[in-house]
Amino acid sequence: MKEGKIILDKGKFQLTLERLSHQVIENHGDFENTCIIGIQERGVLLAERIIALIKKNHKKAKFQYGKLDITFYRDDFRRRDTPLSPSSTELDFLIEGKRVILIDDVLYTGRTIQAALSALQDFGRPLQVELLTLVNRRFNRHLPIKADYTGINVDSLDEAYVKVEWNDEHPEDRILFFSADKKKQ
Amino acid sequence: MNQQLSTKHLLGIKYITKEDIELIFHTADNFKEVINRPIKKVPSLRDVTVANLFFENSTRTRISFELAEKRLSADVVNFSAAASSVKKGETLLDTVNNILSMKVDMVVMRHPAPGAPQFLADRIDANIINAGDGTHEHPTQALLDAYSMREQLGNLKGKKIAIIGDIKHSRVALSNIYCLKKLGAKVVVCGPPTLIQKHISTLGVDVSYNLRETLEWADVANVLRIQLERQDIQYIPSLREYSQYYGINRALLDSLKNVPVIMHPGPINRGVELSSDVADSEHSIILQQVENGVANRMAVLYLLASREKLK
Repeated sequence: MKEGKIILDKGKFQLTLERLSHQVIENHGDFENTCIIGIQERGVLLAERIIALIKKNHKKAKFQYGKLDITFYRDDFRRRDTPLSPSSTELDFLIEGKRVILIDDVLYTGRTIQAALSALQDFGRPLQVELLTLVNRRFNRHLPIKADYTGINVDSLDEAYVKVEWNDEHPEDRILFFSADKKKQ
Repeated sequence: MNQQLSTKHLLGIKYITKEDIELIFHTADNFKEVINRPIKKVPSLRDVTVANLFFENSTRTRISFELAEKRLSADVVNFSAAASSVKKGETLLDTVNNILSMKVDMVVMRHPAPGAPQFLADRIDANIINAGDGTHEHPTQALLDAYSMREQLGNLKGKKIAIIGDIKHSRVALSNIYCLKKLGAKVVVCGPPTLIQKHISTLGVDVSYNLRETLEWADVANVLRIQLERQDIQYIPSLREYSQYYGINRALLDSLKNVPVIMHPGPINRGVELSSDVADSEHSIILQQVENGVANRMAVLYLLASREKLK
């Protein structure tokens, strides 16, 4: 595989996460009525990092945290070539009347978020839902969905591919960009 | 892990692989979480229509399938032979073709004739799920049984499972044997000699006629009822005598050094194969089996549906 182009290196990656956590703290104060939900699987990695930073930067912050799997809510069931395998949902609280921060790593077509919003309905009626994403691919939306907190904006052709690498499974945190002809992982 | 079943139909455990079983269990884990939520429903099968064709009586399996279908948001058509044109002399193929021309995608069928689901699978273009065919197989029961055992014991490789009762007439026994052997468990069948097939050891199971020894050995005892409705001749002198030799009661359980987990696919004949105090005891997981039945059937329906592209 050819190396992708690094669009966010280790140092800037950490800065971006810090900024996102501060923006969340700014909007949610003591998090009294807020819960954070990471979308399985890669959104959970981001959510856990953001949560660690919120706790470090704001000792008083107390909130519920859950993981949401959206496989059963996808709109491409029986339409895609290979079926997807579900991950676990670990959400042991209701979101009725709460402010929800939904976290995913890349916002692309918006269909994952649409599925997540329908999945959330099964856990109650939230007061508000916000979206936090590390990469926002602005030119490729299929649905009227936008992020409230964005790490980095990437404007590229549909065929290009953006990959977030985390230091738990890769040598270091970084975001790579693969142009159309090199997109295969 | 595989993401797709190797087969278009679930006709029996004999015809699926170990990987298929593991994929079904993995998917069922996630559906179990869904059915324990306040809102127990996902939209996955909203464009799928399922026909439940029951040519033989059923309570548990039928309700379980119907719940599984509804919790996946499928449209459901119910059919029972007692209230249908079957009584007027219609053939199985005609009945099913008529139902299919109403645009049904999947068929869940229970039928008294062994092989009836295979017959349909060869002739019609829908996913077929066998919900019990005569004395042949009852695959979803075996899946939920093995899933429940796995919850109690972890990986079933090398675990000791006893199947006790009327083995000869039981499709649950046969499907259980195929499933448990594929997962690497050791299986012993136990019952009166007349109710165990002569060559059953060719399936890789051991045979015992001694209930106490079998229970001492086993990690799990899956207890089956005597299927009087399938017995054309007298296989045992009386139910009372059967119960004396092969019924499990509290006194027997209390006298064991090792008490196995007690399972039963239902319906229980209380006082025959299990006494009431055993069926309701702390060793029994009969009601967990029922809950796991819905999750496993959801997994099977979901995985079979996911193989088909929207038409």
